[in-house]
Amino acid sequence: MTFKQDKFKIVLWITALVIPFICGGIILSLMMDANLAFTKFGFFKFIFSDQWNYTPGHESYGALPFITGTLLTTFLALLFCLPFSLPVALFNGEYYKGTKMAAILGTVTDLLAGIPSIIYGLWGFYVLRPLVVMLGLSEQGSGILTAALVLAVMIIPYAASLSAEFIKMIPSDLKEGAYSLGATRAEVIRRVIFPVAGSGIFSAYILAIGRALGETMTVTMLIGNTNQMPQSIVATGNTMASIIANQFGEADGLKLSSLIAIGLLLFFITALINLAGKMLIKRASVQ
Amino acid sequence: MKMKKKVLSVALLAVSLLSLSSCGNKQKTAELSGAGATFPLPYYNESFKAYQRETGVKVSYGGIGSGGGVRNLTDQIVDFAGSDAFLKDDEMKKLPEVVHIPTCMGAVVLAYKIKGIKDLKLSGSLVTDIFSGKVTMWNDARLKAVNPGVNLPNMKIVPVYRSDGSGTTNVFTDYLSKVSPEWKAKYGSGKSVNFPVGQAAKGNPGVAGTIGQTEGSIGYIGSEYAFAQNITYATLQNKQGEFVKPDTKSISAAAAGDMPADTRIMITNSDAKGAYPIACLTWIIVYKEQSYAGRNIQQAEATVNLLNYMLGKEAQARTISLHYAPLPQSAIEMSYKNLKTITYDGKTLRK
Repeated sequence: MTFKQDKFKIVLWITALVIPFICGGIILSLMMDANLAFTKFGFFKFIFSDQWNYTPGHESYGALPFITGTLLTTFLALLFCLPFSLPVALFNGEYYKGTKMAAILGTVTDLLAGIPSIIYGLWGFYVLRPLVVMLGLSEQGSGILTAALVLAVMIIPYAASLSAEFIKMIPSDLKEGAYSLGATRAEVIRRVIFPVAGSGIFSAYILAIGRALGETMTVTMLIGNTNQMPQSIVATGNTMASIIANQFGEADGLKLSSLIAIGLLLFFITALINLAGKMLIKRASVQ
Repeated sequence: MKMKKKVLSVALLAVSLLSLSSCGNKQKTAELSGAGATFPLPYYNESFKAYQRETGVKVSYGGIGSGGGVRNLTDQIVDFAGSDAFLKDDEMKKLPEVVHIPTCMGAVVLAYKIKGIKDLKLSGSLVTDIFSGKVTMWNDARLKAVNPGVNLPNMKIVPVYRSDGSGTTNVFTDYLSKVSPEWKAKYGSGKSVNFPVGQAAKGNPGVAGTIGQTEGSIGYIGSEYAFAQNITYATLQNKQGEFVKPDTKSISAAAAGDMPADTRIMITNSDAKGAYPIACLTWIIVYKEQSYAGRNIQQAEATVNLLNYMLGKEAQARTISLHYAPLPQSAIEMSYKNLKTITYDGKTLRK
C-alpha cells in the first residue's frame, strides 16, 4: 500500500518537474544564443537602439522598434476588445445567465478562440485592410492599427469567457442582499460584481494580453513589416514575434543572435506582465 | 542554427536509415541528396523526378534557402548545394575547391496595380527613385516622359518589398546598386535591405497579394511566380536603351554576354541586346574533388551525370514550361567544360 503510494508520489514529482525543466531549458538556450548580440551591443543599448541595419560591415541591431510595435499592438488590441468582451461577460454571466441566448453567445464567442490565426490574417488582409483604406485611416491599409483591430477580435473570447465564469460564480445571496437594500442593477454591477469578481476578470485580461503579445502570423500579414520606429498608430511597423518570423529563415551570425535576443526579451516581457498582473490581483484581494 | 543543424542531421539519419532498409538488394544505384535555394525548387523537383525515371537514381532536394544549402555543403552532409548566389572569393577560400554549374535562369519583375493601366514602362533610375522615396506620385513628370500617351493618375506610389530574407531581394537590390551609385552607398544590396519607404510582405505570394489589394502599389516579384500567376508587370529599359518585357527569351538573353569561365557572375543590368535587366542565374555547387566524407565512386559519378542531365536539352526545355528560362548556349558549353574538371581521387569522371 505505502509502496504504491510512494510510486505514485514519484510519478507526480517527475511530471511536476518536467515543466520547470523545459522552461529553464528554453531560457538557457535562448540566453546562450543571444549572448553574442548582448555582448556586441550591450544589453541596454540593444533594448534602446532603434537601428536595424543589415549592411555588412555596419551591422547594427536594436530591439526598440519591435518592442514598441509589440506593446502598441497589444495595448491597442486590449483597448478595442474591452467594449465587446465586458458586455458579453455581463450578458452571459449576469443579465441573461442560463438562457438559450446566453448559451449561443457563449458558444460563438468560444468559437472565435478556435479559429486558426492564419484565417484571421486572411480576413484582416482581404476584408479589414481595404476597409481601413476606404475609411481614409491610412493609405496603404497595413499597419499597427489594422493589426490591433484583428488582434482585438482574436482576444475577445479569452477575456469574455473567463470573465463571464467569474461573474457567474458570485454567490447570489450577495447580489440579493444588495437588491433588497434597494440597489439598481447598475449599482449591483458596480458595487458587488466588479469588486467581488474583479481579480478574476483582471486575470482573464492578463491571459488575453499574453495571447496578443505572442501572436505572430496574423500580425505579420497585417502590420506592414517595416523596421523603422512607428511614427503613429496608423503607420507600418513590426512586432517582436513578426520580425523573428520574417527574418529567421535566412539569418546567421550576429543577426541570428539578435533575433534570438528579441525572442528572449519577448519571453521576459510576457513573464513580467504576468507577474505584475498576479501581484495586482493579490493586492486587490487583500484589500 | 545549431538547432537547425541538429534537426537536419537527425532527419538525414532517419532518411539514410530508411533508404538502407528499403534498398537492400539493389546496392548499385546511388542516391543523391542536395539542399539549398527555394527559387528553383519546382524545377528541380520535376527534373529530379524525370531523372529518376530515366536512370533509377533517386535525388532528394530540400528547399532550405541558399545559405542553408551552402552550410550543408560545408558540413559535407549533402552531395550538392543549390544557391541563388555564387560563392564570393572569401567564401571560396573557406572550403575545398568547388565547381559552380548554372542550371536555369529567372528574373525579378516589377508588378504594379494602377486601375486601367496595363502597359507601364520604367527605367532603372525611375525604379531606384521610386524605391528610395524620391518619386512619390504616379503622375510625376519623369514617369509621364517615359510613358507618353498613358494616363497616369494623381495617386501616391506605395512601394512593396520583401519582409523576409530572400534571393529575390538580393537580385533586385544588386540591380539598383548597379544603376545607382547613391543606392549602393546608402542602402546597398543583400538578402535583406532596409528600404526607406513602403511596406513589406512575406514571400512572393505576400508581395503579390499586397499589390493585388493596394491601388497604386508597385513591388518586385520572382518571375517564376509572376508568370505562373498572370500578374501585371512593367516593361523595363535595359542598358542598350531598349524597353524589354520580361519573358523566357529576354531573360536568357541577359546571360548571353561575357561570362567568366567559372560562371560566377551577377547578370543584372546586362549590356547584351534584347536582355531584360533584372535577370539571375541559379547554381548547383559541388566539390571539385568528389571523394569526401566516405562517398563512393558511384555517388560521384551519379552527381556528375545528374549535372550533365541538367544541362541537357530535355531539362533545359522543361524550364520554360515551369516558368523559368533556359541557359544560353554559351553558358551550357562553358559548364560542360567545367564538368570535366570534377574528379574522384584525382581522376576525372567525365571525358
